[in-house]
Amino acid sequence: MSALLQLSGIRAAHEGITVLHGVDLSVAAGQVVALLGPNGAGKTTTLRVAAGVHPAASGRLLMGGRDVTGVGPQDLARAGVCLIPEGRGIFPNLSVRDNLLMMTFTGRSREEIEDVAFARFPILAQRASQAAGTLSGGEQQMLALARGLATDPAVLLLDELSMGLAPLVVANLYEQVAEIARQGVAVLVVEQFAAAVLGIADHAAVLVRGRIERQGRPDSGFRTDLSALYLGSPT
Amino acid sequence: MEQLLTFGIVGLSTAAIYAVIGSGLVLTYVTTGVFNFAHGAAGMLAAFCYWQLTVGWGWPVPVGLAVVLLVLAPGFGLAVERVLMRPVQHLGEAERLVMTVALLSGAIAVARWIWDPNVARPLTVFFADREPFHIGPVTVTWHQALTMAVAVAVAAGLWFLLNRTRTGAEMRATVDDRGLVQLTGADPLRAGRVAWMLSTQLAALGGILIAPTVALDASQLSLLIVSAYTAAVFGWLRSLPLTFIGAVVVGCLESYLTGYLPQNEYLPGLRLAAPALLLFIALLVFRHRRLRGRDRRLVRVPVPSLRGTAVFAASTVAFGLVLATVLSDADLVTYGPLFSLGIIALSYVPLAGYAGQISLCQLSIAGIGAVVWGHLGAQGQLWALGAAVLVSAAVGALIAVPALRFSGVYLALGTAAFAVVLDRWIFTLPSFEVFGVRIALFDQGSVEVSGPNLFGLRLDGTAELLVFASVWLALASLGVAVLRRGRFGRRLIALRDSEAAYATLGGNLLVAKVAVFALSAGIAGLGGALYGMQHRTVTAEQFNLVAGLPIFLVAVIGGLGAVGNGLFAGTAFVGPHVLTGLVSWGHNLVSVMPALAGMGLAHSPEGIVSRFRREWEPLGRDRIALPALLVGLALGWGLRLGDVINGWTFLVWAYVLGEGLRRYAAARQTADPAEPEIPVEWWGLRRPWRADDREVLARGIAGG
Repeated sequence: MSALLQLSGIRAAHEGITVLHGVDLSVAAGQVVALLGPNGAGKTTTLRVAAGVHPAASGRLLMGGRDVTGVGPQDLARAGVCLIPEGRGIFPNLSVRDNLLMMTFTGRSREEIEDVAFARFPILAQRASQAAGTLSGGEQQMLALARGLATDPAVLLLDELSMGLAPLVVANLYEQVAEIARQGVAVLVVEQFAAAVLGIADHAAVLVRGRIERQGRPDSGFRTDLSALYLGSPT
Repeated sequence: MEQLLTFGIVGLSTAAIYAVIGSGLVLTYVTTGVFNFAHGAAGMLAAFCYWQLTVGWGWPVPVGLAVVLLVLAPGFGLAVERVLMRPVQHLGEAERLVMTVALLSGAIAVARWIWDPNVARPLTVFFADREPFHIGPVTVTWHQALTMAVAVAVAAGLWFLLNRTRTGAEMRATVDDRGLVQLTGADPLRAGRVAWMLSTQLAALGGILIAPTVALDASQLSLLIVSAYTAAVFGWLRSLPLTFIGAVVVGCLESYLTGYLPQNEYLPGLRLAAPALLLFIALLVFRHRRLRGRDRRLVRVPVPSLRGTAVFAASTVAFGLVLATVLSDADLVTYGPLFSLGIIALSYVPLAGYAGQISLCQLSIAGIGAVVWGHLGAQGQLWALGAAVLVSAAVGALIAVPALRFSGVYLALGTAAFAVVLDRWIFTLPSFEVFGVRIALFDQGSVEVSGPNLFGLRLDGTAELLVFASVWLALASLGVAVLRRGRFGRRLIALRDSEAAYATLGGNLLVAKVAVFALSAGIAGLGGALYGMQHRTVTAEQFNLVAGLPIFLVAVIGGLGAVGNGLFAGTAFVGPHVLTGLVSWGHNLVSVMPALAGMGLAHSPEGIVSRFRREWEPLGRDRIALPALLVGLALGWGLRLGDVINGWTFLVWAYVLGEGLRRYAAARQTADPAEPEIPVEWWGLRRPWRADDREVLARGIAGG
């Protein structure tokens, strides 16, 4: 499987303090990669570099083999990179319908977008003219995820989808993510709570203090190592 | 009945203009999150440009219209977005507000500079030569019909743009979350540019339509906008249909008040003040929500040391003494208000700096202080100064009660409305009686203000009053510093940081807000009384809203959290008058300066005073440079008093000496073998871990 999204040797800094020390990561089409790690490890920064929101100090970002290092976020978005940021990736003062209108940048018509989104998340159809900020947390996250569905991205980057949501809602959202991946989208998921995402991930990487400490198939051995990495190894 | 309808038509056509202007306000607010105080000023400038082109230079009306509406207005909007708004985009709501206030103040000053306010500039209405037509019993002029048609077209066009196009959705989305807009493949800068261009065009359209029916006067036209603000507040600053309804209410109210208000000497001002009064009421009545989103950056408030403040206070008085002895009588009149204006500016420190409440009516309150002193202290009794402070404080407390419901932009609007009500109505009232107490204000003219009687010593000369004011500024600065260091100061800052958190910690919002408003109003009242003494007579115009804006701007530039702000603002405010004598247009330049300075806010959001302090601190601590400076200054002062050198030489000498010694002290300090800076992440690696590092890190993280 060839990598659709590839980060190689990415370094990045926040106000002069380096937080990523050479991250190598690749995601193939149809693959779900989980990026795990403790607080402050640099997971969100990795995603932001991949979406072009945060500049990389060095290293290369490749998409489909093409070098896209330094390309701005709006151009990457048009090229098919979809980042659903931490918190709620929606416009709270806009109605649900206007939020969906904002997803028309790939050329799909408003009606098509609404059809896709409402078919997958029927509750949004009922809330169509409500301000998005007044939706429940789960509904807001569904609306955010609708962007990943309706804009036909090549790469989907998800940051903490589970934040502040009930476990049942989280499980439902990750089912949708798996479904998106089955359509050939490369998915990179950042998650603090490993259990939620390891069920659907094909591959997992653990980021600790800006370095990938371990990656591989998320089997039981991996999970044992994972807790060691989170909690510090017993030796 | 016929009269009723006629006034209705007049009201509706005014309402149409308010609606056009108000919808421009709503447009910028919903698309950029900026409440544009200078919106009316843009319309005012457009009206002047239109006059210049069509009347001044005799261009044909359609050409003039096209140039103003299609070239100048969008160009101005673009320039405002690029030069003023983009640098403060990442700062808080207050900073963006300051930018528009600076623009308002600057635009008025520039217009007065270019177009001499003493020349009348009549503009004819559109279609003046066409016969008015009749609908039933009512006569409608073509100008009125045109205005209403324009308003309807604007309403339809804007609604379509914002609600039916992707560009409109992008513009609204940009306020919510700029980063996320980029993730949806759009350019947030483009949305801002479109919004500023369009809204400036709307302001220009409104300005040109309204100018023929009122006098072409810079501040009057800019403040006509108060009515448009009221309309926009009816629409919670975001609903266009409600803004139009608000415009109709305001327009008709004004028109009917003109027609039906009984004639007596107390009420004509009410008609002028009605839009502002309505704005105040609308702010109170309508539930207004902040835009959801996250954009609060709070500037830190420095804690002044007692010793430093005492030195500062002593230098303030010394500065006053030197000025009083050095300046000529004519110069004393020009520079005299330095300390009293400084006290008024200092009143912003507890209110805006500590408690985070933006008030635009401090100078109006100072006016109340001046009037109270003028009437009660005619014989110079000192207790009257206390009375001036108390009455001002009471007025401040009065504003605080409604202010409990406002914050941010709304509070600025509410206090501006209050200032306008004072300017147009209360200050113009003849004396009246309430519950048997005779209340006199400006007596429809000017009020004589005399100097205080200090234990038998009558202070009447400008020089004596200057020193008197400097002593009060020193005392007030000390008081504010003590306040910052004490319990109440900490409470105010907690309140500023989070009202909700303050309340959950058991703080009483009402008490704290009323107290801080009263306190700062008291300081402003004291400043006003001193300001009045130095001017001998005061008129209402000296204390109006437009006059107060530059003081606010200078105070913001100084840094609202800094105790040294009083002296800085006073000096920065009167200092540029040095230029007046040099060139003929110096006076105009001086009036534009505070606005220009305000626009430079983005370069030092923490304020100039704290930078000054950083730069001059080494000198204050230096054992050689400080005595040298004092001796040098004393020497210069002595030579000046002996008339060996003139004032200019003394000024240049003081500057050269101060600057030279400052550099010397700074160089000496850095020459000290201080340890090289080690980045935080290497602490404990490149140098040993120290006992207090843990706390330093914890504080850095909490404060960062």
